[in-house]
Amino acid sequence: MAVTDEPLALTTGEDLVVDRPLGVFTRPQGGKGWRDWLSTVDHKKIGIMYGVAAMFFFVVGGIEALLIRLQLAAPDGQILSADVYNQVFTMHGVTMVFLFIMPLAAAFANYLIPLQIGARDVAFPRLNALSFWVWLSGAIFLNTSWIVGGGGADCGWFCYSPNSGLAFSPSHGVDFYALGLQIAGIASLVSAINLIVTCLNMRAPGMSLFRMPVLTWMLLVTQFLLLFAIPVITVALFLLMFDRLFDAQFFNPEAGADPLLWQHLFWIFGHPEVYIIILPAFGVVSEIIPTFSRKPIFGYSFMVFSGIAIGFMGWGVWAHHMFVSGIGPLSVWAFSMSTMFIAVPTGVKILNWLATMWGGKLRFTTAMLFAVGTVAMFTIGGLSGVTHALAPADTQQTDTYYIVAHFHYVIFGGGVLGLMGGLYFWWPKVFGFMLNETWGKVHFWTMLIGFNLTFGPMHVLGLQGMSRRIDTYSPGFGFAFWNLIATIGAFIIALSVVVFFLNVWKSRRDAPHLPAPGPDPWDARSLEWMIQSPAPEHNFDEVPIVESDDEWWHRKYGYDENKNVVRIATIEEATQKGDAVGVHLPAPSFWPLVVALGLPIIGYGLIFNLWLCVLGGALVGLGIYSWALEPVDDPDADHDHGHDDHDDDDDDDDGEGAEAEMADATAGAEEGAD
Amino acid sequence: MATATVDAAVDSHDEGGHDDHGTTTGISNTKLAMWVFLGSECLLFGGLISTYLLYKTNRGPGPENTVIPTDVFDIPFTSVSSFVLLMSSLTMVLALSALTRGDNPATRAWLLTTAMLGGVFIGGQVYEFTSFIREGVGFTHNPASSAFYTLTGFHGVHVSLGIVMLMSLYVASKQGKLQPKHTETVEIVGLYWHFVDVVWIFIFTVIYLIPVD
Repeated sequence: MAVTDEPLALTTGEDLVVDRPLGVFTRPQGGKGWRDWLSTVDHKKIGIMYGVAAMFFFVVGGIEALLIRLQLAAPDGQILSADVYNQVFTMHGVTMVFLFIMPLAAAFANYLIPLQIGARDVAFPRLNALSFWVWLSGAIFLNTSWIVGGGGADCGWFCYSPNSGLAFSPSHGVDFYALGLQIAGIASLVSAINLIVTCLNMRAPGMSLFRMPVLTWMLLVTQFLLLFAIPVITVALFLLMFDRLFDAQFFNPEAGADPLLWQHLFWIFGHPEVYIIILPAFGVVSEIIPTFSRKPIFGYSFMVFSGIAIGFMGWGVWAHHMFVSGIGPLSVWAFSMSTMFIAVPTGVKILNWLATMWGGKLRFTTAMLFAVGTVAMFTIGGLSGVTHALAPADTQQTDTYYIVAHFHYVIFGGGVLGLMGGLYFWWPKVFGFMLNETWGKVHFWTMLIGFNLTFGPMHVLGLQGMSRRIDTYSPGFGFAFWNLIATIGAFIIALSVVVFFLNVWKSRRDAPHLPAPGPDPWDARSLEWMIQSPAPEHNFDEVPIVESDDEWWHRKYGYDENKNVVRIATIEEATQKGDAVGVHLPAPSFWPLVVALGLPIIGYGLIFNLWLCVLGGALVGLGIYSWALEPVDDPDADHDHGHDDHDDDDDDDDGEGAEAEMADATAGAEEGAD
Repeated sequence: MATATVDAAVDSHDEGGHDDHGTTTGISNTKLAMWVFLGSECLLFGGLISTYLLYKTNRGPGPENTVIPTDVFDIPFTSVSSFVLLMSSLTMVLALSALTRGDNPATRAWLLTTAMLGGVFIGGQVYEFTSFIREGVGFTHNPASSAFYTLTGFHGVHVSLGIVMLMSLYVASKQGKLQPKHTETVEIVGLYWHFVDVVWIFIFTVIYLIPVD
């Protein structure tokens, strides 16, 4: 893929020997422009692509949200028909959960885990690219149901049977839901395996598990949750697909099947999913608050263990989504208890964040405002969550707007605000310029006010008895006032998102006229701040030797004889220069993209014409075998292939040996089949 | 092309070998990835087995009881094919052992034997499915039959993919690309193969051996 056709003369005067393998087995070299992005295996570029695509779907899901709020703004809304309304709220939920917040968390995971543990890349760079492309192809596939599927899915994001059956949902929307989420699930599973291996196997010398930053820990717990939750939803989606496309009898009550099966399978996935959404934001907050309090995180091991505890207990609470489904008093009792217990580790986290801030030297930057906002809003959502743990109260609240209020406080107030704070915090590291703080604060306050105006009144509406998912209501019900307030709030949130995008545009425009932020603009604590901004392609010039938690902080600060903190090194002295040459990096590859392109074709084939499956399957097979057989490097590649001078860093390259290739591909093969 | 590929493989092996010693846990990335993946697979089969357990006697609401898989089981036949599958784990280990010794022809022979034993099992499954359908147990007839075909079918797909991997190793060995230094590749495919066998022990017990009343 070199830009020039003729080999350039080497400055050293050696003869250039081109030992180029044939045709398709040439490994691309990267280079500039779109080819670079399509073939990249760099975890940082993949992280950026995840982030950009997630923000795109945030806008899509946001427009759907605004349509919902417009419809409900006044009694007897006429904007959407009942049918379209069903599709819009379903696709809003699915988009926000699977296509916005999970990939945004994946963006942080991809970009930051290797940097925080002192690695050059993830364990399997090509599988990482595969995760992104497969997720994106699934996301696009899911949304094409608006065009070719006769509308979006209309069964609610959890798609209860028998509503999801052909009788009640005859369009192809639910088929696209089942297959689109299946494809996105493959991406999550591959990514989970990859990042777990990265966390366990790729740590810098001295980076023991209990020196990993809390963000990396929370992301690791998240990956374990994905690892075990995704196969359960995979089973559920397969059964749903078999029911709809091949007339199986899993969920059809008329054939004697039990619709509760879907509810159990869905929520065994669905409740861990809640923690999959929230734990990355908890991790982000746990990085921001210590930095801007100038204190180490309070009770590091408690923070980590409470995260692990949430990860375990998250598996034992799923049936609290089903208290009114008739699961019996013993089950209700048990799940009610476990739901109350899971509030304990969450409470530990909140108290530890407060204790971190207590007595700290607080700086309320935009990132800090978002982090504190997350703690406050999540606490409200957590408290209303505890009210659901009481089964008698929950019986009254089920399927009302009270539930809608609760989970938006948790997911938006916790997850989205937290990750937004992360964007402001790590923006200079990723792009090399700061986001404007004034505009950032405007963004924060409009978003916080809009959020509370939208979802606060829903508590009241729910307690008044407004049920969830109704497409309109009559004037005499007394719902009009708070609905109007909620709609105004939703548009204020939309305004805040516009402010964010304007801020990005303005900050980028102003960046050349401002001093560069440097490697460590916030005086932060973990290893990613030790390298230049934006992060060099090879991450670390030399892999750091880690001697304590908050390693980067301890390289900058020490203690004098009176135990006072003193600066021992300037940022310039302590950072790496980013000028290492000859670091061996994994070569780019197009095959992940090819494999990812095959999957939606199989999806269309299952829905419309089975012959397309043959085509898609052939593409996937071609991709996997070409992947396994492509050489480690393209002989043309001119970057980073000199012999490596750093003795300590050949051990941290990715596992791209021949074995790795094989097993990469075989793992890919199984995932493809799942 | 072959030369270039082999050269690349040799080069990369050196790095790869280095990697194995360089990982934090001491386990190579690929092997750890396979273990992690198999952990995930447990939940996949867990979900399918739970579904089958829920529906195993569910004949649907029809006026006359439709036939369910437990009515037509041929347990001796399935026991034989199960035995064949379990023996393939032995031959898989023998393939690995042969490669460790550097005995390439024996490696190929055992890889091929393993794949063929897997193939016999799949053949048995195809025979079982067709005879069940002849006896009136259709995939769409009732929840019990849907659950039966889905669970055993998923397992069959896993075995088939294992056969594809084994045959890929066989071809690689034929081309001289599978050398003693690649034992870990065979070991990892073996992990997958043994897992699929172990899962079958559970499925066979749950479906065929535990009586229903």
